[in-house]
Amino acid sequence: MAKIQVKNVYKVFGSAPMQMISFLEKGEKKTDLLKKYKHSVGVNNVSFSVNEGEIFVVMGLSGSGKSTLIRCLNRLIEPTSGEIYIDNEKITQVSSAKLREIRRKKIAMVFQNFALLPHRTVLENVAFGLEIQKVDVEERKKKAIEMLEVVGLKGYENAKPKELSGGMQQRVGLARALATDADILLMDEAFSALDPLIRKEMQNELLSLQTKMQKTIVFITHDLDEALKIGDRIAIMKDGNIVQIGEPEEILNSPADAYVREFIQDVNRTKIVSASSIMRSSESIILEKAGVRTAAKKMKDLEISSIFVTDKHKTLLGIITIDKVSELMKENRDDLKSVIDTDIRTVGVDTSIDEIIPLFLQSGYPVAVVDDENKLKGIIFKSTVLAGIAGKEEVSIDS
Amino acid sequence: MILNMKIPVGDFMERVINWMTTNFSDGFDAIKNGLEAIIDSMNWFLLAIPIVIFIIVVTFLAWWIAGNGIACFTALGLLLIQNLDLWKQTMQTLSLVTTATLIAILLGLPLGILMAKSNKANKIIRPILDFMQTMPAFVYLIPAVYFFDLGTVPGAVATIIFAMPPIVRLTNLGIRQVPKDVVEVAKSFGSTSSQLLFKVQVPLAIPTVLAGLNQTIMLSLSMVVISAMIGADGLGNIVLQGITQMKMGQGFEGGLAVVIIAMVLDRVTQCLGKASPKSGKAFITKIKNKNKNRM
Repeated sequence: MAKIQVKNVYKVFGSAPMQMISFLEKGEKKTDLLKKYKHSVGVNNVSFSVNEGEIFVVMGLSGSGKSTLIRCLNRLIEPTSGEIYIDNEKITQVSSAKLREIRRKKIAMVFQNFALLPHRTVLENVAFGLEIQKVDVEERKKKAIEMLEVVGLKGYENAKPKELSGGMQQRVGLARALATDADILLMDEAFSALDPLIRKEMQNELLSLQTKMQKTIVFITHDLDEALKIGDRIAIMKDGNIVQIGEPEEILNSPADAYVREFIQDVNRTKIVSASSIMRSSESIILEKAGVRTAAKKMKDLEISSIFVTDKHKTLLGIITIDKVSELMKENRDDLKSVIDTDIRTVGVDTSIDEIIPLFLQSGYPVAVVDDENKLKGIIFKSTVLAGIAGKEEVSIDS
Repeated sequence: MILNMKIPVGDFMERVINWMTTNFSDGFDAIKNGLEAIIDSMNWFLLAIPIVIFIIVVTFLAWWIAGNGIACFTALGLLLIQNLDLWKQTMQTLSLVTTATLIAILLGLPLGILMAKSNKANKIIRPILDFMQTMPAFVYLIPAVYFFDLGTVPGAVATIIFAMPPIVRLTNLGIRQVPKDVVEVAKSFGSTSSQLLFKVQVPLAIPTVLAGLNQTIMLSLSMVVISAMIGADGLGNIVLQGITQMKMGQGFEGGLAVVIIAMVLDRVTQCLGKASPKSGKAFITKIKNKNKNRM
C-alpha cells in the first residue's frame, strides 16, 4: 500500500511562483528562470510514492531540491502546486489544526545538524514531541527513557546535548523522532554531519531498528554509498526533477541518463551488485541422462574445461573436468559419477561480488550460484566478476 | 532656503502636545498616580529595610550570581555610600531605576516578540525605536512636564522612553537568532505558534534578552541626573545641586554613588545570562560534587 503519494509537486521561490510553473511546463529551464525572472525552482514536477515499511532514499547533490522536497511532505515548506497524500489523506489541503495533528502523530523528522534544544536535557529533548502533545509528565518520561534505551543512550538522560559527541547527539535526534510513535520518519541528511565510521555505525543501527519497527522512512542524502546501502528504492534528483527511481541494483545496472551514470561511476560496485545479476545461465549436465560422451561434447561445444553436474531436479552434485572425462573415455568407462569433484564453492543469489572474489582464490573452478534448496541457478566465472565490477556486459568467455 | 517658507514642524508638535494635554488630562493623571504609587511604595520598601541587612542581602546576591570579586566590590561600595550619607538618595534613585526598568520590560518584551514575529511590525517599530533612542533626552522633558507636572513621574516617563529601545531590539534579535532548524523541529512535531514561542524561541533568546536588560538598566541610570532637572528625587539631585551651586565635592560624591550603583547592577546583570564559573552557584555545586566524590 502506498503510504505517501506525491503527485506533480512544484515548489518555486519568488513573488509569482504560479506563473513560473507555466513556464516550467512549457519547458523552460531552472537556470533560465533564475536568470530571467529571479525565481528559484526548488522542486520541479515531482511524483513518486512510498510504500509502507519501505526506506525510500532521495539522493542528489546540494541544490538539487531534495531538502525542499522532504519539507514539502510535512509542509514545513508549502508546495506551490501539486498534491501530497499521506495514508490517502490529502495533506496539501488540510487545515492547520489537522496538519498539526498529522505532524504530532504521523510524521516525525530527524535533522542534519541534530537541532537539539540546547537548554534542555537529553531526556527533555527526547520527550519534546510528547510534551507538545500535552502527554502527562510521567508517561512521557517513561517513553523517553525507553527510546533512549533503544538508541543505546541509557544513562545519559540528564546530560545536556552539548556534552555529547555528534553521533550521540544524532541518536538523541533519532530517539526524539521515535518517541512519538509516528509511522513515517523523514530523515534530512541525518547522518551527513557525522564522521565516516560513526556514520556507518548509525546506518547499520538504522537498518536493524528498521527490521524491528517497520517504519516508512524517507531518507535524504547526497552520499550514493549511503543511498545504496540503506535504500529499498532510490530516487535521484537533479535540478528539482527526479531523473530516476529504482532499486539500488536497477540504478547501478541501467542508469537512466548520463547524469546518473556519472553519479554511479565511483561506486564500489562489489558491495552492491549481487550474484544473481552477474551470473550466467547454468550450462550443466544432468547425471541421470548424460554419459561420458555427451559431457565431453557439451564442454567442447561451449569451449569450457569443466561443467557442473546436477541431478534431474537440478540439485547441484559437483563438477567434472574435461581431463577427467578424457581419462574415462581412454579407459572406456562410462562411470561419470566417479569423477565428480564435490570440492566446489557455492553462493546464494544475493551474495555480493566482494564476497565472491575470495572464493576464486580457494578453488580453480567457477562458482555455482544456488538457491536455498541447493538447486543450481547460474554460474560465475572470473571474467563474469570482472565484468560485473566494471558494469559492462561480459565480452570474453573463459574460465 | 529652497522653499520660501519654513515647514512648521515645531508648531505642529506644539499643537499636538497642547491638544493632548487638554484632551487626555484624565488619562495622564491616572498614569501619573499609578507611577507615583509604584515608585513611592518601592522607595518606602527599600528604605524600610535596615541598611545592614540590605547590604548583606545584596552582597550575597552578588556573590551568588557573579562571584567573590564583585561581592567584595558591592559590600565596600554600599558601605561607602552609607558613609557619605547618601543612602536615602541612592534608594530613591534605585526605586526610580527599578520602576522604569520593570515597565520597560513589561512593554518591551511583548513589543520585541511582536517585531520578531511580524516583519511588518518590525518595519513600523524600528524607526520609532531609533527616534526614542537618539532624540536628545532633554526634548522629552518638556512634554513630560506638560503632561505630568514636575517631580519624579515625568522623570520616570522620560527614563522609560529613553531606556526601553535596547530591550525591545535585543528581544527581537534574540528570537530571530534562534537557529532555523530548531524552529523547524518544533513545527515538525506539531507545535502551535505559542508552544513554539514559549518552549523554544523565548528560552533560546534569553541570553540576548538579558544583554538588552543590562543595557536598559544602564541607560536608565544615565537618565538620573537629567530627570533631576525636572524635580525627580535621588542622587541626580545631589549632582545637580553640586553643579548649580558650584559645590565640586558634593557633585563628585553624588556622581561616585551613581557609578557604584551602575557598576554593581552592570556586573551582576551581565552574569545573569551565563553561568559564571566564579559565581557562588558554581562554588556550591563544586562543594557538593566534592562531597559526593568523597562518599
